[in-house]
Amino acid sequence: MKIVYPHMGYMWICIKAMLEYLDVEVVVPPPSSKKTLLLGVKHAPEFACMPLKLNLGNFMEAAELGADTMVMAGGCGPCRFGYYAHVEHAILRDLGYQYQLVVLEPPQKHIGELLGKIKHITGHQSWRKVINGIRFGYHKAEAVDELEKTANYCRPREIKPGTTDRALQAALKEVIAADTPEKLPAARKRAFEIMRSVPVDRLRPVLRIGLVGEIYTLLEPFTNQDIERKLGGMGVEVDRSIYLSEWINEHLFLGLVKNKRSSKTAREKAVKYLGHFVGGHGLETVGNTVLYAEQGYDGVIQMLPFTCMPEIVAQSILPRVSTETGIPTMTLIVDEQSGEAGLVTRLEAFVDLLARKKQTGEVLA
Amino acid sequence: MSVTVGIPRALLYYYYYPQWETFFNRLGVKTLVSRETTRGLLEKGLKSTVDEACLPVKLAVGHVLDLKDRVDYIFLPRIVSTARREYICPKFLGFPDMVRNNIDNLPPLLDYKMDLYRKGSSMYNLFYAVGRYFTRNPARIYMAYQASLKSLHSHYRDMEAGQLPVETGDKHNRKECDVTIAVIGHPYNIYDRYISMNMLKRLRDYGARVVTADNLPEYVLRAEAEKLPKQLFWTLNQRMVGAAFYYFNRPEVDGLIHVASFGCGPDSMTGELIERFARRCSRKPLLSLTIDEHTGEAGMVTRLEAFMDMVRWRLNLDNVAASL
Ligand code: SF4
Repeated sequence: MKIVYPHMGYMWICIKAMLEYLDVEVVVPPPSSKKTLLLGVKHAPEFACMPLKLNLGNFMEAAELGADTMVMAGGCGPCRFGYYAHVEHAILRDLGYQYQLVVLEPPQKHIGELLGKIKHITGHQSWRKVINGIRFGYHKAEAVDELEKTANYCRPREIKPGTTDRALQAALKEVIAADTPEKLPAARKRAFEIMRSVPVDRLRPVLRIGLVGEIYTLLEPFTNQDIERKLGGMGVEVDRSIYLSEWINEHLFLGLVKNKRSSKTAREKAVKYLGHFVGGHGLETVGNTVLYAEQGYDGVIQMLPFTCMPEIVAQSILPRVSTETGIPTMTLIVDEQSGEAGLVTRLEAFVDLLARKKQTGEVLA
Repeated sequence: MSVTVGIPRALLYYYYYPQWETFFNRLGVKTLVSRETTRGLLEKGLKSTVDEACLPVKLAVGHVLDLKDRVDYIFLPRIVSTARREYICPKFLGFPDMVRNNIDNLPPLLDYKMDLYRKGSSMYNLFYAVGRYFTRNPARIYMAYQASLKSLHSHYRDMEAGQLPVETGDKHNRKECDVTIAVIGHPYNIYDRYISMNMLKRLRDYGARVVTADNLPEYVLRAEAEKLPKQLFWTLNQRMVGAAFYYFNRPEVDGLIHVASFGCGPDSMTGELIERFARRCSRKPLLSLTIDEHTGEAGMVTRLEAFMDMVRWRLNLDNVAASL
């Protein structure tokens, strides 16, 4: 059994760690690229959202590397994601791929459901080992998140352009290389030392922008065209409203790990504008925008794949949030046609606007 | 002094209107349904919604605008779920908020939720909350609710007997039809004359009898939909898939038309499943139409005509084959 799971940002690092610790053979698909997307676009339904198309491409590319079992997350709606695995499987089957399908659904009541599926994949490992494996994967996710957060802090402040990104890549390598839980703490320490060696100007004034929106778009740099790096380069400190480990904690561990940022506050903040959950992260998108406004951020960018339903609900509510709280917002919709140049122009215009607003604000104050 | 409650002719209106009307009338409340869709009405909706919203949602906003200045309340229930462990679509969950945050000077919205997701939940919660606006007498609300259920069930029976939601009498499905076409799509797409560009009537003019998912009892739809690898969690799309699978196997049905909204999330999934199913298991002609506000009438007519020709040609071929 050679397992493949689709890409979503750096998620592969944490799942690979977990599965290999459990002696499961893993095929990591090549990083999502234009080619991946083309494959997906060719075979997926036209109005499927971009994540589905990329997943499909990931699976097709991984098959060439010998993968035979696809592992996908599932769900019970109302967002389409919950049905992806089956549509993708049907498409692959019609194309002649011999994939076995395992769907890991967020547990309805009890984490046991999820553990059961994991046990199926891992064969005859003891529970104890499985749990250690999950913990290992989770700790890697945490480490990666911390590194990314540090990078978001450094980028707009770095003295020499490009140093942060080089450091981040080197630091990630350290974390990836740690192949047992015992080696992880030391690797993590080395990784942070690398990040700390980036020379930064702590006093430089920066703009702060919060990123909200659909999780796949937020986490997958290929889809969002590396927006965090682009903004960083324009002198913006970025905060992403959700990080991988937070998502794992909320959706897979049902909040078992304490002291993590949870979306509860965001959901409470949203109520004034949106009185019900709408699937996906629609409610969180609205609520986090309110939160960012309260925390004095300069702006908010919402990202969503074309045709994403929960985010469209949020999108149609954000203008009101923006008028009432005074925080400028911008919505970016990604699809297979989004060009890089267009994005950069729009980002620059938005950042300009924020900078000017900030200046006049300071003059008035 | 009598008050008027406005009901938009959109979204689930086509399923529930008889129930809603009965309920309000029993409470002595007048109802006013928005006018039939026109270009002007749609355009108002387009202006007040984000571009990315699907056509039915934009249209529903247009219908709300049509009522806005003519009624005391607008009945806009938040339809979370109409069946256990199922939803309609994320947009239905947020619809009242989309309206409220985009339109100023609205009359009060009666936007209590209808949520049958959990076992043991009932529609009564919605009606009780709404009824409280108009009477303090719980017994009256309860009686009105019971009467409304009766209307709803007789509406269902009529549909299962072959009627479609928007019509009365038997003048439509004429006897001399030689072919039967199943039209599979969201009720608010296929029954809205403007949005569907009068598709149902056109088909009848071509001599076809039209059937839809609503002519089938719930249990048939559900049983058919079980052919899917995993149960769908969208009620309407589950009905669509169930109906498609059923009609694919019925000898009296000669062709199917699948109508999807441009940019509709659930339709993108179920359309794909229906097409794959058709290719694997059926010889019946299938026409897939996607509609949005730019769809031209001429193009659709051409495609419908071509499709009807193909259906008839197939039919003749089969008859010839049978006589050999
Ligand atoms: S089901 Fe499709 S057409 Fe209906 S509201 Fe949702 S996205 Fe729009």
